[in-house]
Amino acid sequence: MFYREAGDFKTSYEADSQTFPIAFDRYRYWFVLAVAFLVIPFVINDYWANALLIPFLIYAIAAIGLNILTGYCGQVSLGTGAFMAVGAYACYKLMTAFPEINILLHILLSGVVTAVVGAAFGLPSLRIKGFYLAVATLAAQFFLVWLFNKVPWFYNNSASGQISAPERFVFDIAVTGPNTKAWAAYLVCLVFVTLSAIVARNLTRGSMGRRWMAIRDMDIAAEIIGVNPLKAKLSAFAVSSFFVGISGALFFAVYLGAVEVGEVFGINKSFLVLFMIIIGGLGSIFGAFAGAAFLVCLPVVLKVIGVDLFGWPPDLVAHFQLVIIGLLIMFFLIKEPHGLAQLWRVAKEKLRLWPFPY
Amino acid sequence: MIEAAEKHMHQNEDLTSGYTTADGRRIGDVMMDLKSITLRFGGVVAIQDISFDIRQGEIRAIIGPNGAGKSSMLNVISGFYVPQEGEVWFRGKKRPSLKPYQVAQQGIARTFQNIALFEGMTVLDNVMTGRLNFMKSGWLAQTIWLGKASREETANRQKVEEIIDFLEIQSIRKTPVGRLPYGLKKRVELARALAAEPELLLLDEPMAGMNVEEKEDMSRFILDVNDEFGTTIALIEHDMGVVMDLSDRVVVMDYGKKIGDGTPDEVRNNEQVIAAYLGVPNE
Repeated sequence: MFYREAGDFKTSYEADSQTFPIAFDRYRYWFVLAVAFLVIPFVINDYWANALLIPFLIYAIAAIGLNILTGYCGQVSLGTGAFMAVGAYACYKLMTAFPEINILLHILLSGVVTAVVGAAFGLPSLRIKGFYLAVATLAAQFFLVWLFNKVPWFYNNSASGQISAPERFVFDIAVTGPNTKAWAAYLVCLVFVTLSAIVARNLTRGSMGRRWMAIRDMDIAAEIIGVNPLKAKLSAFAVSSFFVGISGALFFAVYLGAVEVGEVFGINKSFLVLFMIIIGGLGSIFGAFAGAAFLVCLPVVLKVIGVDLFGWPPDLVAHFQLVIIGLLIMFFLIKEPHGLAQLWRVAKEKLRLWPFPY
Repeated sequence: MIEAAEKHMHQNEDLTSGYTTADGRRIGDVMMDLKSITLRFGGVVAIQDISFDIRQGEIRAIIGPNGAGKSSMLNVISGFYVPQEGEVWFRGKKRPSLKPYQVAQQGIARTFQNIALFEGMTVLDNVMTGRLNFMKSGWLAQTIWLGKASREETANRQKVEEIIDFLEIQSIRKTPVGRLPYGLKKRVELARALAAEPELLLLDEPMAGMNVEEKEDMSRFILDVNDEFGTTIALIEHDMGVVMDLSDRVVVMDYGKKIGDGTPDEVRNNEQVIAAYLGVPNE
C-alpha cells in the first residue's frame, strides 16, 4: 500500500539517480540505520554479538569487497582469505609498531596496505580470465598464508607463531583486547560497515562502476568505447582488496583477538565469502549483506533447531550444515544466479503492483 | 572543427578539397586516409593493399560479398587490428599504433555486427558508458559523491537524455538491455556510440536482421545523425537499396582487395563489381 512510486515525481536527474528512488525504501533505510546505531548497542549481549552480529558485520565488509571484484568487475578471486590475512597482519604490525596512533586509523591503513597487495596480485588478470584467473588468485591464497607462517617478522617472533591484538582504546573505551565490551566492538564494526557500504555504492553508481561493469559484461566492447582495461581491472582489485583488508583487520583485532593464520584465513574463508556473494547476489551491495547474514545465521539457526530443539548430536548438525550450503549453492546457481538480492528485487516489483497483477 | 579542417587544407595543398553532393550537402576535406593497408592472419591475407579515404561529413559505405574483409577494415580503423603494412592518417596526422581505447578517445565510435551491449546494465547505464571519456572525476570525489562527481554525472546524464530523445527510446530507459528485442538493441547500441559525440562513427551492418520498417527507422536515424550532428559515418551494409540511397561514396571489396570506389552510380555500373556480386558468364 505504501510501497508506491506513483505520485513520487522526480524533477531533477539527481533525484532520479539517487540510491533509493522509492520513498518507502528511503524511510526503511533510515529506520534500519537508526535501530542499528541507537537501539541495538543498548540491548546487545555477548552471545548475540559474538555469535551473530559482529561476524555478520565483518563478513558483510568482506562480501562487499569481493562483490566489487567478482560481481561488478567480473574477475573471479579465490584469494579473499589471504587478503583478509594481509589486513590482519598489517593491522597487527601497525598496532605494535605505533601504539600511540588511533586503532581506527590502523584499520583504515591496513585496508590501504591490502589494496596495494591486491592490485599486485591483480596483475595477472590483464592476461588471463575466468578459471585461469581463479587459479592465479588461488596461488596468492597459498603463497600469502605460507609467507605469514614462515617469516617471523610478521608475527614479531612470538613463540606460538600467532598474532594477538593488544588492548587499544577509542575515546578511552577498549575496542580490542580482553576487556572489550560487546557493544563497543559492535559499534566499531557497524561504523566501518556503514561507511563501506556507502563508499561502495557511490563508486559503483558512478563512472568507475560503469567501467567495471562494462569490463564484466563485454570487455571487447568496453575497450572500444574507451575503457582502459588495465586501469579498470587494477582499480577493481585495489578497491576490493581495500574492503577485504579492513574486514580482515576487524576480524583479527576486534572479533577474534588472536589469530593463527592457516586456520583462520585459509582457503575455507575464501570459499565462504565467495558463497556469500553467490547466495546473496552478484553485483549488488544489498546482496553482500543478505549473503553474509544468511551464512552467518544458518549455523546458529540449525544448531538451535537441531541440537536444542530435537536433541540431535552436534556433529550431525554440523555435517547437515555443509550439505545444506552445498544444496543452496546449486539451487541458486541454477535457479537464480543473481541470488537473494534478485529474489528481493522481484518481490519488490510484485509488491509495487500489489494487489493488481498488472 | 571547420577551422581545423581549413588549416589542414592549407597544409596539404595537393589534396582536393571536398565536393558537393546531389542533395546539396557540402562534403569537406579528407578526415581519415587509409594508405595501402595490408592485414594478414598467419597465411590468410584479409586485406591486401587497400587505400581509400573518408571525408569530413560524408556517409561512406563499405560493401562486398561475405568474407571480403569489410569488418576487418573497420577493425583496423577502430584500432582493434594493427595492419602489417600501410598507414592510417587521421585528421592530417599519421596515427601511431594505438590501443582501441585510445582510438575511442580520439573521437571514433563504433557499433558491432553482433550487438555488443552490456547486457547486465540498463539502457540508461549503457548509454552512459558512452560518455566515460568525458567523465574525469577522481576516485576520491566519487567515493564521497559530493561536488564534482555528482555534478559531472548530472551534466552527462543531460547529454544522454538528449540522445535518448533523439533516438526515441525514452520508454525503455530503465529496462535492462537483456530484455529488449533485437531492433531496439541495435538502436541502443547506436545511442551508446552517439553518446561519445564521435567525429567518425563506424557502423558494422546497422540493419542486419531487421524488417523493412526497422530498416526505414534506422536509415532515418543515420541520415539525421549525419545531418544534425555533422558526424562523418562509415558503414558496412549488405542491403544494396539502403547503401545506394544513404551513402555518398562507396568502396567495394572482394577477397581482401578493393575492386571499386566512387559514387553509388559509378559503383553500380562498375563491371568488376557486377562480376563479384553476380558472377561472370562462362565463355
